[in-house]
Amino acid sequence: MNETTNVLTNEQRVKLVQDQKRKLTYQSAMLSIAGILGFLLLWEFLAISGVIEGNKLSDVLQVFRLFITKFVDKKPDGAILPVHIWSSLEVALCGFGLAVLIGIPLGWLMGWYRGFDSFMRPIFEIIRPIPPVSWIPLTIVWLGVGLQAKAFIVFFAAFVPCLINSYTGIRQTKEVLKNVGKTCGASYFTIFWKVGIPSSMTMTFAGIKVAIGNAWATLVAAEMLASSSGLGYMILMGRSYGRVDLVIMGILVIGILGVVISALINLLENLVLGWKKL
Amino acid sequence: MDEKKKVILRLENICQSYVVQNGVKDAVENVSFEIYDNEFLVILGPGHCGKTVLMNMIAGLEKPVGGRIFLDGEEIHGSDRRIGMVFQSMNLMPWRTVMGNVEFGLELAGVKKAERRAVAQKYIDLVGLQGFENSYPHELSGGMKQRVGIARAYTNNPQILLMDEPFGALDAQTRYAMEEEVLRIWGQEKRTIIFVTNNIEEAVFLADRIVLLSNCPATVKQIYDLNGLPKPRNMTDPEFLRIRSEVSANTDLAL
Repeated sequence: MNETTNVLTNEQRVKLVQDQKRKLTYQSAMLSIAGILGFLLLWEFLAISGVIEGNKLSDVLQVFRLFITKFVDKKPDGAILPVHIWSSLEVALCGFGLAVLIGIPLGWLMGWYRGFDSFMRPIFEIIRPIPPVSWIPLTIVWLGVGLQAKAFIVFFAAFVPCLINSYTGIRQTKEVLKNVGKTCGASYFTIFWKVGIPSSMTMTFAGIKVAIGNAWATLVAAEMLASSSGLGYMILMGRSYGRVDLVIMGILVIGILGVVISALINLLENLVLGWKKL
Repeated sequence: MDEKKKVILRLENICQSYVVQNGVKDAVENVSFEIYDNEFLVILGPGHCGKTVLMNMIAGLEKPVGGRIFLDGEEIHGSDRRIGMVFQSMNLMPWRTVMGNVEFGLELAGVKKAERRAVAQKYIDLVGLQGFENSYPHELSGGMKQRVGIARAYTNNPQILLMDEPFGALDAQTRYAMEEEVLRIWGQEKRTIIFVTNNIEEAVFLADRIVLLSNCPATVKQIYDLNGLPKPRNMTDPEFLRIRSEVSANTDLAL
């Protein structure tokens, strides 16, 4: 046949483009699911076939069953899963929240006011390289093994990236935008507030993300060394009782909670930095 | 020169120098000239000759090492809301919409929202951006961004508008269009404009008078009065070309 190419109507065009987009989204979602399934299958194969012995790796269903029963069963570590989760989250949020509330404004001020920077810098440079876990012995002496002690350690883990990123972010404020503020008659503080802080937001959020990762990692370490509850403690108990299923389940819960927290932060970021996506 | 013209800005022996690795570098040397009310003055000079430095000093963004600046007969120190500035490219806040950028100055001045919106809208309309109030800068073309910059400067209602190579980063076609736009806007909302450029054609097209600067350190080489050449000017008009080549012959080459 000798047909000429059809001229598409507007609706047809819109539909075509939308279909294409939908197809891409669908494909990548399917691949992600396939990735997870593949991982689970490999795990199940290793466990069931006996390549790795049963006392070293439990199979998937066993771990999943434990995850369900652990919601009501206190054995063997003395608390149900939600209690451990809440205990960990409470510490993480206290320490992390404090780090954000103190670290970010401090970074902004140090990045903006030269004198304050010179004053604070030396102390910060000394604190910065100290690994958060090395605070543990001192915290146990000072604060025991309770919430405060762990929150203190988590605070140090999250504080450093918060401060460094908000500092660097506000340092990178474009000179010309500061000048726009000046020619509008703004004071240095107003420019800080209206220009400096907004332009630092991208970096600041990058810092928050690093911080939450650090906080979560340090938390588990702290719970393994100085605690009587929490997910880290639960894992440690699992090992003592030779319950590898409990250890694996604990690790997975820690991972999944990390994903959920990151997703929440991304949501907040989209809210604040939504102008980038448009 | 018309005797009745009122001097609005006067520069007196402005000097600026910077400390560099091996000594001191002079950027601006004893620059003096006067700017009349509502005139379109172009400062023309080769690249890196100290034009932007001179602008920054008038805008109060940096302090001259020597010399004084008088606005309306009074000496000024630092930024003054009566002097507004349109900056070179990349001068919009990416997190603010067109409206947010344009109303920025009024927001800082504490003007109420409804009122500042109305003023900002007036200038958004003036620069031809109606319909783009809620767009973000990265959604705009280079020419549109500079229109936002012009609207923002106008919104503060300054007596003097400094424009520092505002069209330097635009492609040639957009640049011609923007040159005509800036004259149209100036015709509708008369202000004193000091326009910096290194483009001779642009200078001759726009200027009532041209202050020609020398190579670095910048000194005033010559002042051309172009009031005899009626606007809008035609870039291929013989008289235009004659003045253009006259200025061109007198301009130092940038290194």
